[in-house]
Amino acid sequence: MSGVGIIMLVHTAFERAEQVARHWNAAGCPVVIHVDEAVSRKAFASFKTKLSDLTDIRFSSRHRCEWGSWGIVAATQEASELMLGRFPEVRHVYLASGSCLPLRPVEELIDYLAERPNTDFIESATTADVPWTVGGLDEERFTLRFPFSWKRHRILFDGYVALQRRLRFSRKMPNGLTPHMGSQWWCLTRQTLSGILEDPDRKLYDRYFKRVWIPDESYFQTLARQRSQKIESRSLTLSKFDFQGKPHIFYDDHLQLLRRSDCFVARKIWPHANRLYEVFLAAKDSPASRTEPNPGKIDRIFAKAVDRRTRGRPGLYMQSRFPNHGWENGTTSGQYSVLQGFADLFEAFEPWFAKATGARVHGHLFAPDKAHYAGAQGVINGALSDSASVRDYNPRAFLTSLIWNTRGERQCFQFGPADNQDLTWTMAGDPNAQISVISGAWAVPLFRSNKNFGELRAEAAELQKIESEFLNVLRSPHSKARIRIWTMADFIENPMEHLQTILDEIGFKSLRRLTEAPKMNDLTGFGQFLQNLKNQGMHPYLMGDFPVVGSPVGLQHPTPKPYLVKK
Amino acid sequence: MSDHSALVKPDDILCFTTMRNEKIRLPYFLKYYRDQGVDHFFIVDNDSGDGSLEYLMEQPDVSVWHTNKSYKRARFGVDWLNWLQMKYAHGHWALVVDPDEFLIYPFCDTRPIRALTDWLDASSIKSFSAMLLDMYPKGRIDAQPYREGQNPLEITSWFDAGNYMINKNKTFGNLWIQGGPRARSFFKDKPEKAPALNKIPLVKWDRKYTYVSSTHMLLPRGLNLVYDEWGGEKASGVLLHTKFLDTFTQKAAEELERRQHYSASVEYRAYAESLKDNPDLWCKWSEKYINWRQLEILGLMSKGNWA
Repeated sequence: MSGVGIIMLVHTAFERAEQVARHWNAAGCPVVIHVDEAVSRKAFASFKTKLSDLTDIRFSSRHRCEWGSWGIVAATQEASELMLGRFPEVRHVYLASGSCLPLRPVEELIDYLAERPNTDFIESATTADVPWTVGGLDEERFTLRFPFSWKRHRILFDGYVALQRRLRFSRKMPNGLTPHMGSQWWCLTRQTLSGILEDPDRKLYDRYFKRVWIPDESYFQTLARQRSQKIESRSLTLSKFDFQGKPHIFYDDHLQLLRRSDCFVARKIWPHANRLYEVFLAAKDSPASRTEPNPGKIDRIFAKAVDRRTRGRPGLYMQSRFPNHGWENGTTSGQYSVLQGFADLFEAFEPWFAKATGARVHGHLFAPDKAHYAGAQGVINGALSDSASVRDYNPRAFLTSLIWNTRGERQCFQFGPADNQDLTWTMAGDPNAQISVISGAWAVPLFRSNKNFGELRAEAAELQKIESEFLNVLRSPHSKARIRIWTMADFIENPMEHLQTILDEIGFKSLRRLTEAPKMNDLTGFGQFLQNLKNQGMHPYLMGDFPVVGSPVGLQHPTPKPYLVKK
Repeated sequence: MSDHSALVKPDDILCFTTMRNEKIRLPYFLKYYRDQGVDHFFIVDNDSGDGSLEYLMEQPDVSVWHTNKSYKRARFGVDWLNWLQMKYAHGHWALVVDPDEFLIYPFCDTRPIRALTDWLDASSIKSFSAMLLDMYPKGRIDAQPYREGQNPLEITSWFDAGNYMINKNKTFGNLWIQGGPRARSFFKDKPEKAPALNKIPLVKWDRKYTYVSSTHMLLPRGLNLVYDEWGGEKASGVLLHTKFLDTFTQKAAEELERRQHYSASVEYRAYAESLKDNPDLWCKWSEKYINWRQLEILGLMSKGNWA
């Protein structure tokens, strides 16, 4: 018989529990089993009968083990007393559950513990230092009283907590103990465990912990600190919890992960994970070099799962993630540029900008006729169509889908006062948006068009009004985008410098140096055009000041010099 | 007609279906869900004339009911299934799918559906969402004939990855999802009429529950809260919708005649019109189906905190 005794707390999946109990027993470990009192007498009797051929198996008297309640501790205490009393050669007691599965040969665990005869393996940390609290209760687990079941009487539970808070009710720890918490699955030495169980003040402690919330995570964890010669504050049982404090479950597809973890025991195993039970209960040999458990990779996988559940993927809207306004954790999934006025001012601006940035540069995505995708495509990534009616049915879904679908590739698009304006607040409030506006540039196509002046005047007035509203949105205190606004007059004074600022922010490092500037439309007579609008009673102001005669300031013919201002 | 419901054990996973003239699809459908671990099927046969009923009556794990009443009057079959579920599904996990819908959930290639329902139970989750993902072939819908027993995904292996639109339904608290190839091709001028794609097909049933409109939403409202509102992702799956096989063209014409479908069959009228000239739903940006992980990466479904 070995010096390691196993206590198993069982409440379901009896066939698996039986298998595991036999496995422990075959390696020479005495086993004490506690079966939840909620289990029917019939099921209990049949379970007991099935194990009756084994010696060194005992059943301790049954308690009702409800999650978060004292019953689990009481069951553990009694099982421990039985173990220590009946099996005097036991030096370490290992607390396990019916859904725990030994991953390494039991002999290795026995040897491991034999080499550390005075070490207690019990995760035990002060309340201030642990992140795993459910329902916002950490300190208060100890200072309030919890007579009601969290699972069955949640309203009473919450109500009583609220009442105690209001009354500023607070209990003191007996004998000035410092509360510690940790995994309920421990492995204690006979000395420590018997010390706790035979403590002259045990009655006092028990009375106190009976009203503590989830005492199975604090009773032994706190009291072991009083008794132990040497505490290793970690559990030998690999057991991961999700964000609601429920244990993660292991399945057949975790086989390789579990194998490489080098942990002694894992929980919880899905009872139907046939392959895990087959493989691990059959394992006899093991790589010689294995020593310390190393659950790093499993930790990462489960940490990621919790992160996905609590924070999700930024910029994703889908059937099971539809954040309330303000809780998106990122309106969109990546950075993008919105360019207003550039395509009006420059000829063939889009191909030039695409070359300069390496990004995908679209035309007016929100144009009234359709979404003008780069390369004049009718459909783009994600099978997003260019139909204006589909886009306008849910413009926000259109934009967020576009950015999501093209993850890894920066999107830039033209925007203007003639486009659908539904998303101005969305984009202005999106830190992923880089919005650059040359205000008043919408007048250039009008100036170059061949329309009747009456029409032009009405259109100019309308566009100016819309653009000015957009600028108000951009200048509001709610906007979080990176925003640059120039009047057209300001911009053309030094166009390359301003373009360079935008390019630098996008941060694309071209291997080839930019050798050409975009070609600006001929603006001769633009000043006169604006004056004509003024003469008609319209007041164009967003473009800044242009002289009536001659070329605009800073612009000499022929068009601007083709080199970049370097920094 | 053939009631084997006495064989149902207390924790069996049940599947509820209504269908009409789907004989050709049934063998693969039953095999797919048997392999996933469904224990018993409850099927309402709406007056099939193609031998479906006879075929189903031979199956030991299928209980069949036959009706020749109006599908429309029965609110598109919901009433029949609600009645069956009230009677037989109480306390069970119940999956409600059509014969052309195939459930994909996280880890479905390595874990049976019971792993999912056990996890949902342990997490106190009562309903599981799986949006409808319309699958289609490359080329004309009628180009490749479907053989009985064949996996329809061999033909309809393409889908739209990222053109879905979501609105919240304030009355029932569910999400209303539209988009996909049908919105792109058949409803591009009237997207508001595009069919709903949100579905909650897997529910730990209680006789007090009821589906309101197909499996799009339920009562009580809490069951519709299958999405997280604070930035996180809940676990969800996908129903691969393999409607667009060569059998579809004929079915669309037939259904148009019967006028038994939703909104005076506006959907089927749109199909019939579009299918006349251009029965190809495939486009350059269509995505070819590989597995659930692909759908997860694309953001169509989520593992949530199941790992």
